Amino acid sequence: MTDTVDTNAHHHEDDGSKVIFGFWIFILTSFISFATLFATYAVLHNNTYGGIGAQDVLRRLSYALLQSLIFLSSSFTLGLAIIAYKKGLSDKVKLWMTVTFLIGLLFIGLEFREFARLVHDGNTWQNSAFLSSFFTLVGFHSVNVIVGLLWMIVLMIQFSMKGFTATMQIRFSCLGLFWDFLNIIWIFIFTIVYLMGAI
Amino acid sequence: MLEQLLFGKLTLDAIPYQNPIIMGAGGFMVLCALAVIGALFYFKRWTWLWKEWLTSVDHKKIGIMYIILATIMLLRGFSDAIMMRTQQAIAVGSNMGYLPPEHYDQVFTAHGVIMIFFMATALVFGLVNIIVPLQIGARDVAYPYLNSLSFWLTVSGAALVMVCLVVGDFAATGWLAYPPLSELAYSPGEGVDYYLWALTLSGVGTLIGGINIFVTIIKMRCPGMTLMKMPLFTWSVLCSMILVIVSFPILNITLGMLFLDRFFGMHFFTAGFGGNAMMYVNLIWSWGHPEVYILVLPAFGIYSEIVATFCKKTLFGYTAMVWATIAIAFLSFTVWLHHFFTMGAGANVNSAFGIATMIISVPTGVKIFNWLATMYQGRITFTTPMMWTIAFLVTFSIGGMTGVLMSVPGVDFQVHNSVFLIAHFHNTIIGGVVFGLFAGYSYWFPKMFGFTLNERIGKYAFWCWVSGFYIAFMPLYALGLMGMTRRLNHYSEASGFHPYLVVAMIGAFIIFCGIALQIIQLIVSIKQRKQNRDLTGDPWDARTLEWSIPSPPPFYNFAIDPVVDSRDPFWVEKQKQHESGYVAEKPHYTDIHMPRNTSMGFIIGLLGFVFGFAMVWNMVIPAAVSGIAMLFFILMRMCDFNTDYYVKAAEVEKIEAELSTGVKQ
Amino acid sequence: MVKLRNIFFSTVALALPLLLSGCNAVVLNPKGVVAVDEKHLLITALLLMLTIVLPVIILTAVISRRYRASNKEAKYSPDWSHSYVLEAIWWGVPIIIISILATITWISTHHLDPHRPLVSDKKPLVIQVVALQWRWLFIYPEQNIATMNYVEFPTNVPVTFLITADAPMNSFQIPQLGGQIYAMAGMQTQLHLMANEPGIYEGRSVNFSGDGFTGMAFTATATPSEDEFNQWVTTVKSSGTPLTFDAYKQLAKPSEDVSVQNYSSAQNALFDNIIMKFMMPNTPLQDSPANLAPASSN
Repeated sequence: MTDTVDTNAHHHEDDGSKVIFGFWIFILTSFISFATLFATYAVLHNNTYGGIGAQDVLRRLSYALLQSLIFLSSSFTLGLAIIAYKKGLSDKVKLWMTVTFLIGLLFIGLEFREFARLVHDGNTWQNSAFLSSFFTLVGFHSVNVIVGLLWMIVLMIQFSMKGFTATMQIRFSCLGLFWDFLNIIWIFIFTIVYLMGAI
Repeated sequence: MLEQLLFGKLTLDAIPYQNPIIMGAGGFMVLCALAVIGALFYFKRWTWLWKEWLTSVDHKKIGIMYIILATIMLLRGFSDAIMMRTQQAIAVGSNMGYLPPEHYDQVFTAHGVIMIFFMATALVFGLVNIIVPLQIGARDVAYPYLNSLSFWLTVSGAALVMVCLVVGDFAATGWLAYPPLSELAYSPGEGVDYYLWALTLSGVGTLIGGINIFVTIIKMRCPGMTLMKMPLFTWSVLCSMILVIVSFPILNITLGMLFLDRFFGMHFFTAGFGGNAMMYVNLIWSWGHPEVYILVLPAFGIYSEIVATFCKKTLFGYTAMVWATIAIAFLSFTVWLHHFFTMGAGANVNSAFGIATMIISVPTGVKIFNWLATMYQGRITFTTPMMWTIAFLVTFSIGGMTGVLMSVPGVDFQVHNSVFLIAHFHNTIIGGVVFGLFAGYSYWFPKMFGFTLNERIGKYAFWCWVSGFYIAFMPLYALGLMGMTRRLNHYSEASGFHPYLVVAMIGAFIIFCGIALQIIQLIVSIKQRKQNRDLTGDPWDARTLEWSIPSPPPFYNFAIDPVVDSRDPFWVEKQKQHESGYVAEKPHYTDIHMPRNTSMGFIIGLLGFVFGFAMVWNMVIPAAVSGIAMLFFILMRMCDFNTDYYVKAAEVEKIEAELSTGVKQ
Repeated sequence: MVKLRNIFFSTVALALPLLLSGCNAVVLNPKGVVAVDEKHLLITALLLMLTIVLPVIILTAVISRRYRASNKEAKYSPDWSHSYVLEAIWWGVPIIIISILATITWISTHHLDPHRPLVSDKKPLVIQVVALQWRWLFIYPEQNIATMNYVEFPTNVPVTFLITADAPMNSFQIPQLGGQIYAMAGMQTQLHLMANEPGIYEGRSVNFSGDGFTGMAFTATATPSEDEFNQWVTTVKSSGTPLTFDAYKQLAKPSEDVSVQNYSSAQNALFDNIIMKFMMPNTPLQDSPANLAPASSN
């Protein structure tokens, strides 16, 4: 796209809007994937097979709240990075992208610490349908976050090589969409799994 | 230890040397593959194959490759059908037939999986790929590289189904692999894993394809083509792709959960530990019911195009047709429970879903009446596509009727899981989808290749298919009422099933003649391509944009972006020319923006196959290597900024001049 | 061409009588109250649908013939593509027919709900049904007997089947007496049937459940009177062995042996324990706490 663009500027916009529109549709499909997992969790969350239930697993509501705040703040910092990109401030882009990446990493770390705690206590995904659906729902979110983090690395490398181009702008926008989507999903997880589990 | 990491569970025992049927089929497959490879060497066509086809991102070529894949899979799936029909025709009383249960069960599972996922879906995507961009006046799909990736992922899924014929077993669970039968406890072999990986790979491919075509239709229509001016085929494809986008994620996640059950010992659908197999059945059908509409809506679109063209008449009730299509698409998400009224849901739930199901027959009926009204006071030419359409109108009405019967829960309690059900859905899928796809194939064949198919042989094939269909499936309705259960591999003399099953087998062989004739038709037509050459690009005197360009179209489709202001733009333009003798002035060409070919789709598809195979057999090292390699190539593609180029105006002018003088046909 | 077409139409003509001569059509030859209702429902729905499908088929044939391109006498109106009246008719008529059918569906579905007990002045006979791999176990809790692959009950007495599975999902059906219901592990479904006429009826699993599925059939006998049924119960009590938890564990293993067995008694709460086996850990029918479902024969 970038090498030969200038002869025909309107193609650029076309490509951009196509990519972003398609990415919205992709987000929609991801949303349906998560919806399927949420539905599964809703059906199975009482099927503990005599083992621990939602209240026991999720008793540390404050931990989840902390995680939520941390993760939500990464959405804010990524927003700052994208604003910086639009203003053409290369250093600020790099700074806020790094901060976002580190916060994302911290979130994943906290998430896996929680998983490790459960497994260490003998509550693995093999124990009951409830635990299977819990690990899968929250784990699928984590996998998506990890994909997002890998994407950030790739994007940072590309950014330092290419700088400000139309293609990069589209990719930053898509990453922003994806990250916000993961935040929204996390809010659902926090509400449906943690808050409603604690009640 | 290393051997374990490299080969996992796979040993030489996985190859069934002792089974002559499987080894014969496998040997035949290997021979065919060797013949193709030999031919490629002999004619020195490897570079051609790689540059022109395997790495192509041209939607027309990808579409043709989809059709080739569907043809191969049709032959495989149909062999399975013939095997079932012969088994059931001979396995009466003391005769147990020639297929033992463990083999027979795989045969009917493979038949269903192949026909739905790799034959019908592939054929739909083939035609959609070729025709939709042409109908909307676009130069390619929205994401050409993802289009290639979709196709190669579908191929990798199909390849897994083919490989398991020779290496190991396929699932023996029925085509939807209901748990707990498909769980490790009851199906410990690799069959279900093959099923899961084949469907996951092709499912991801189909989902990407669905997004791609959807964005193409929404974003890339030529100027003037508002939504209500789109050809009906494009409309029905749009609705079908919305169904893909909404339903395929459910399929992928559901199969993923079954995989987690089997691989990580989770308990989503297991019989114990709080697992809920009913949830699988709900989830799989909330994909599965839309799936049949994903297949049949494009077929409806094809009929709409064909009826208007061959009756030389504007399609009747365009607006109603569009809204009927939208209504069908929407309603298809509200009826999944009718696949299991017999699960014991309450009467309120059952009747609600039953009534929702019969409501679908209203917009469907409207469509049928609109097609009839289009034929009314038309000038009908009985070409092969039109004959398929007429056969569809009759056959689909019967299939729809039996469908409504089964939507009444009280009736369904009696005939569910009987061969009455088998007759019903073959009646709608063959009579609706397959007839439609064959109609579309013969209708658009000249557009794809520049010469028409042999009509005479085509009609022979048509009569074999239609009569074979009725002879094969009408007895099944009777058998269903006689209490014959589906998936039986043996029955008693006293049941009285035998004569009906012999008739059904004869029907299957007549259909076989139909398929053979279609292949002969293709060969003969290729041989006679000089006589049947179509230089006009419009052999049927048709109405929509795809016929306004040469056949086969140049790689950029439209030298000039078309502008339309009516529903049948090409027809209107022809009428104008006819009336006023107006001839278009010499066009002014501009540079055309085109995507570059890429090998990434092919490579990632190939790695997907290796990864799937390795996961089936728990081969740790191959799985890790192919998984990382896939990730690497995806990243590599993300860093490739040189993905497109411009065709210069002078070049376009040269190609167009050659096309118009018929030199480069 | 013409030849093939003739072959086609003559085959259809020949095939029709074969289709219609359904003397064996169990669904159309019901022997139980539920099956009788279901048959009438089938025929009513079929006739309703034919009122619209037959005209469509006839119209297709007539229009195709009348407006063939070679018939230049037929009217040709290439641009006629809209008519409010016609479209109102073919939105309206199907809506009316479907509304009638929907009403019938709502009423009949409630009437034929498998959970709904049948109306009768006799006390229902309870039979617990377990789908095994690949055979049927019938437990009579009130009579305290059990049978394998054979079930017997008196005519004109409602029978309540309580159904579960210790196997993949199956479906329980005696077509001449009524429709089916799924048999699922860890769950209990219900089916109420009543025979109108004494006789021997075929029953079987109609949902595919693995390699031995084809053989998963049983015989159901409706005895002319309750006395004869009681006599049979006495015979079973004196002839078989007791069905204990241990004996049941043997039965739960995959087997394609479809012979008829009698059990002189069934251990108390056996049926409930078969369901509980999948619901809770450490129940009597599990060999070890972490016992999954039984391994398949492979």
